[in-house]
Amino acid sequence: MSAEQLAELSDLFVVAAVLLYVVAMVGFAIELAFGRSRPGRAATARRVEIKQPVAVGAAAGGDTVAVSDEVSAGPADASPEEPAVAGETPPGAPERAGQDDRTMRVAVRTGTVALGLAWLGMIANLTAIATRGLAVERWPWGNMYEFVVAICFAAVAAFLGTQIRTNVRFLGAFVMLAAALGLGLAVKVFYTAAGPVVPALDSYWIAIHVSAAIISSGLLTLAGVSGVLYLVRGDGMSRLPSRAELEKVAHRAIVFAFPLWTFAVIAGALWADRAWGRYWGWDPKEVWSFITWVAYAAYLHAKVTAGWRGRAATIVQLVAFGCLLFNLIGVNIFIDGLHSYADVD
Amino acid sequence: MSVQELEREQAPKKASFGAVAWLRWVWRTLTSMKTALILLFLLALGSVPGSLVPQRSVEPDKVARIYEQSPALAEWYDRFQLFEVFSSTWFAAVYLLLFTSLIGCIIPRTATYVRELRRKPPAAPRHPSRLPHSATFESELTTEEVAGRLRKLRFRVVTGDGWVSAEKGYLRETGNLFFHIALLGILLAIGAGSLFGYRGNVLVVEGDGFANTVAAYDRFMPGSQVSAESLEPFSFQLSEFKVAYQVTGDKRGQALDYSAHLKVNDTPGAPARDFELKVNEPLEVNGTQTYLIGNGYAPVFRVTDGKGQVAFDGAVPCLIEQKTTMTSGCVVKVPDAQPSQLGFLLQFLPTSVPLTDGDHASAFPGELNPEVKVLGAFSGDLGMNSGKPQSVYELAEPEVMKKLKPLVMGTSVPKPLAVGQSLDLPGGVGKLEFTGVKEWITLQTNYDPGRWPALVFAATAVVAIALSLMIRRRRVFVRIAQGKAEVGGLTRTEGSAAGFAEEFTEIVQVLSAGEKDVR
Repeated sequence: MSAEQLAELSDLFVVAAVLLYVVAMVGFAIELAFGRSRPGRAATARRVEIKQPVAVGAAAGGDTVAVSDEVSAGPADASPEEPAVAGETPPGAPERAGQDDRTMRVAVRTGTVALGLAWLGMIANLTAIATRGLAVERWPWGNMYEFVVAICFAAVAAFLGTQIRTNVRFLGAFVMLAAALGLGLAVKVFYTAAGPVVPALDSYWIAIHVSAAIISSGLLTLAGVSGVLYLVRGDGMSRLPSRAELEKVAHRAIVFAFPLWTFAVIAGALWADRAWGRYWGWDPKEVWSFITWVAYAAYLHAKVTAGWRGRAATIVQLVAFGCLLFNLIGVNIFIDGLHSYADVD
Repeated sequence: MSVQELEREQAPKKASFGAVAWLRWVWRTLTSMKTALILLFLLALGSVPGSLVPQRSVEPDKVARIYEQSPALAEWYDRFQLFEVFSSTWFAAVYLLLFTSLIGCIIPRTATYVRELRRKPPAAPRHPSRLPHSATFESELTTEEVAGRLRKLRFRVVTGDGWVSAEKGYLRETGNLFFHIALLGILLAIGAGSLFGYRGNVLVVEGDGFANTVAAYDRFMPGSQVSAESLEPFSFQLSEFKVAYQVTGDKRGQALDYSAHLKVNDTPGAPARDFELKVNEPLEVNGTQTYLIGNGYAPVFRVTDGKGQVAFDGAVPCLIEQKTTMTSGCVVKVPDAQPSQLGFLLQFLPTSVPLTDGDHASAFPGELNPEVKVLGAFSGDLGMNSGKPQSVYELAEPEVMKKLKPLVMGTSVPKPLAVGQSLDLPGGVGKLEFTGVKEWITLQTNYDPGRWPALVFAATAVVAIALSLMIRRRRVFVRIAQGKAEVGGLTRTEGSAAGFAEEFTEIVQVLSAGEKDVR
């Protein structure tokens, strides 16, 4: 296949990814809208992730084991396939309850389909990146368009990766929305035809520095979405999981992303040392990645400071996310600097 | 000791009057987590103007433009040191306070940490099954056997009468402390670099050379502890500079590769070696790096004056006017011309093509059909002996320009000159010949002794922060009585209880497995 054909194929896959994300978003939204609602307080107690009461003893010749599991009946534990646990069903007449039950099951199934579509969308997104890379014969994140496409992939991958271990399907609709909007923005505003990059970008550091930035941005997007939901969600009944749970999702994503972001910034400094003659020169991009780093550091400190946990920490996290977005996109558009090879007109 | 406990301990207490009490109060307030948080915010907030207002060290020309266009605003910016945010007193105040606060946090925490390292895990509670994670199973194991299995899982273990308590995850606090110490280290490395390092810019035309001395630089920015003798005594000659351009497609004209061929002498007496200088591939001589920063054209001109003598012969570096076509503006000053000095304003077109209106423009940045447009030729005193600083890219100050006599201007401008062609000036005052094309490059030389320490500290910081955030402190307690083992576990790290549940299950598996199945 020629480079042009590959480039065209890549563009098609981006469009396919947008469509799949949009449909998946609708599916996730239906699940959210008609699924069961959950109480606001952490009545969910502690989640025990032991999938089945461990029957280790069976293999151990006579010893019996009973892992005490008193909290496993917590509603959050119920996998979405299971019908609602008693006590959570909204009060209503018995016959209505039956109907609700059916609606709920349909809703849950829709969510499962949406999850499948999200996976397909992610594969399409990845294929778009790979074909683009083959078409231009370099790492496919040399300009704003390619960069945003890659970040959308990273955000969806972070969501689906988390979903494998922990049930975070409630995030689906919002992550899909963010990814679809991101890809749409990339195609409509940032689109750059496949081509070579300026010599400064022609370095193996692009694989290290930009990849780390992309992955951490994807994780931080997941955290940002959870943060927004945290603020939107009240303390009462809601179809969203409890605030404590939303906070936990955000915190775990940031705990992974922060060292990675630190690494991305330092790898950037190492590259700057090769390319520009200094490892740190307060270029606008450097300033804003520093601000972002400080803001996330502030979040991590707020998390362990009395009186700052919860709402305040979440606001700090969202401010930091705002800095991240401005750094990734705003700096290239609004401010002139050494990173201005975004090819944005 | 957890962060919260530490914080409670350090929280400001009611101070009685008196200098010592007051100092203690200041220290406690400064080192409290809340103050650190506020300082972090201030640091982030204080950096913002550094990206919005042009910085003197990054874009001096933009700063100059603000001074020209709105002097009042520039003065206000200057009053708040907004042109040099990152070396301003107020920014320094914020980060110095933050680092003081950091030191005030590191010292007591290190002391606690050392104590914790020596301390044994606490005795097991009476009922381990009341802990967040617990399991009970029948077991014939002795406390020693349980302890052995836990030790194999790399737990620190203490045994007592019928109980075992174990703890692990000390690396978390190690990481935390090392991370913060590494940040201090980075700050010191940057400081050392700015004191003992230097930076210099220089423009070199093909065929010319450069020797690393203060005088050879066009712009030299030394740290306060740098002496002229301390510069690494290397030199090189630029034999050739080449640019490869994209010739087809949407990106036609985009540079693909720059390469400068140098002949480098590492020390004055050393034999010359060949080096290909590229973007991303600096020249390194004993810790001093030289980088390829920019490039442009330097057409070569010969000017013969009214008396028939060659008054000028050389390459003239031109300023790039349009990056995509490398259309460049050149100024040729001939102060030695007789009977009067001569000056030329020229435009260099690397790939000249005629336009429909008879004018010419450059269509491609590469040198395919180089031509020079004469925009103006003047005679008269160029004012070069006035003692005022002169720009090589400007023919003369506006007031001097007014006094010059235009020889060629506006409608009298002839067709552009190709290589080898010449322009005879009216009145027999001289002749301008366009004899060839060379290229120039701008280089940056950098010596920063803080580079390597900064890298070591930065790498430490990354590893340490990963340890500090990923590892959790956890304790496991076992009580054995009447053939039954009661196991309880807890993690002391917020937000990672979920992962611990799985680990706890594995620990229970190891403890409850029969003799043969032990890993």
